[in-house]
Amino acid sequence: MSEATPPAAPLPPGSPQLLPAPAGGVTVTAWNPGEDVVEVTRTPAPGAARSTWRTFAETLRGLKTTFGRLLERPVTVEYPEEKTPVYPRFRGRHKLHKFEDTGLEKCVGCSLCAAACPADCIRVVAAENTPEHRVSTGERYAAVYEINLSRCIFCGYCEVACPFDAITMGHDYELSDYDRTDLIFTKEMLLAEPLERTPLRNEGE
Amino acid sequence: MTLAVVGYYEEWWIQVLKAIVIFAVGLQLVPVVLLAERKLLGRFQARYGPNRVGPYGALQPLADILKLLTKEQFRPSTSVGFLFALAPLISIVTAVAAFALIPFGNVQNIFGTPVGLYGVDVSIGPLYLFAFGAIAFYGIMLGGWSSGSKYSFLGAMRGAAQLISYEVAQGLALVGVIMTAQTLSLTGIVEAQKGMWFIVPQLFGFLIFLTASFAETNRAPFDLTEADAELVGGYNTEYGGGRFASYYFAEYLNVLVVSGIVTTVFLGGWLLPFGIHPPGWVDPFVVLFKMALVTFLFIWVRATLPRLRYDQLMSFGWKVLLPLATLNVLVTAVLVVVTH
Repeated sequence: MSEATPPAAPLPPGSPQLLPAPAGGVTVTAWNPGEDVVEVTRTPAPGAARSTWRTFAETLRGLKTTFGRLLERPVTVEYPEEKTPVYPRFRGRHKLHKFEDTGLEKCVGCSLCAAACPADCIRVVAAENTPEHRVSTGERYAAVYEINLSRCIFCGYCEVACPFDAITMGHDYELSDYDRTDLIFTKEMLLAEPLERTPLRNEGE
Repeated sequence: MTLAVVGYYEEWWIQVLKAIVIFAVGLQLVPVVLLAERKLLGRFQARYGPNRVGPYGALQPLADILKLLTKEQFRPSTSVGFLFALAPLISIVTAVAAFALIPFGNVQNIFGTPVGLYGVDVSIGPLYLFAFGAIAFYGIMLGGWSSGSKYSFLGAMRGAAQLISYEVAQGLALVGVIMTAQTLSLTGIVEAQKGMWFIVPQLFGFLIFLTASFAETNRAPFDLTEADAELVGGYNTEYGGGRFASYYFAEYLNVLVVSGIVTTVFLGGWLLPFGIHPPGWVDPFVVLFKMALVTFLFIWVRATLPRLRYDQLMSFGWKVLLPLATLNVLVTAVLVVVTH
């Protein structure tokens, strides 16, 4: 190797000098990776008889595995006919609540939910309750209560902020519409008894 | 000098009728295989597969084909128009021509007329098959090349290399059978299996032939010509509409043809085990049943094995399959000489 190397051209003055090779040539030693190196079993080189046999055996094993899947039932949830069940604490579309005995709304129009909302999708306009026109149990009630569900991020902060549990997150997740304005849910829509379309997940499911 | 002898001639009108029937049956089988593959692949992957169109998704192939046929015919501006149109035609013509070879039964008396239940029974059966198999690759190569797209071109080049590598092994795997049967006629090969199906004495030949057939039909794990993940569909990347449909059709017809050949050559064709001799009209159904089993195997393997890397494909074909096939031929030759 060293004989074949052409003689080096004289370096221009001032350039760094190359270190001279150690006397007796370079001795190549096997690289020692150290004791903490794990040796990985390699596959035999392609074309080896053993690799052929192993490939064949592993192919048969693979065929067995896939055949096992054939005998099982599909895990598919056929969505439009079959709804994905949700957990009890799933945060779906909001619900507003009334007292069951008096029929009065729980919401007192305090706007804490609107303040807590990070997406700024709740709009509350409060009005005074009068003895003739009593809507809620407090002094005031929500004359306008709108949630823009196209902006809502379903974080559930409104539910946490509400001092009267007037707003909770329901289970309904089928919220697509053809028009964005249709996704602004008004108080009447939120108060209405929702169609319970979403199955609940069973214990341990 | 005659190149080939045809085993049995019918009247010309019977031959025309036969051609129509076989063509019709073959083309009816393709959508069935198409649907079966998609349903089975689904079940292999713990899902349903197509189940929206018709009962249990039975009309899915019809919907697919209707969709493809109503599409606009277009081609890339870089393509070579004439070859681009010709290539799918070559694919489907060769597939149908090869289908003519599969014997569904021996010569039967149908209303007093002896009719062979096959397209044609030539004395060069497997050679005819390989000839058309080789021409079929022109369909893929021309299609890929004339598309003027790098992906198609790569797919076509792979197809060409794959053909050369695997057709040799495929041919050699059949040599063992031909030597044992002492005939090249496919009906003759079936008749020679009266005592024992060739899958028993020629087990290695069967496995080699099957493996090479996966490569010849561009099916997983040797579907490098298509290789959806890297080549975006390979040779048929630029195809759409009816032309793509013919490629698709030819692929599945090829699967059927190979199933038929495996059935004929290794699984005893229309013969039943345990000395059962049903009336002649049962024979086609026996063949179809066996073909269904082989097709199932094709789908099963597709659901199981990942695609080979290109160098693995080559080294497997040349370093494993070819030596094994040669060894199989040598051992069979010695055994045939010793026993005869």
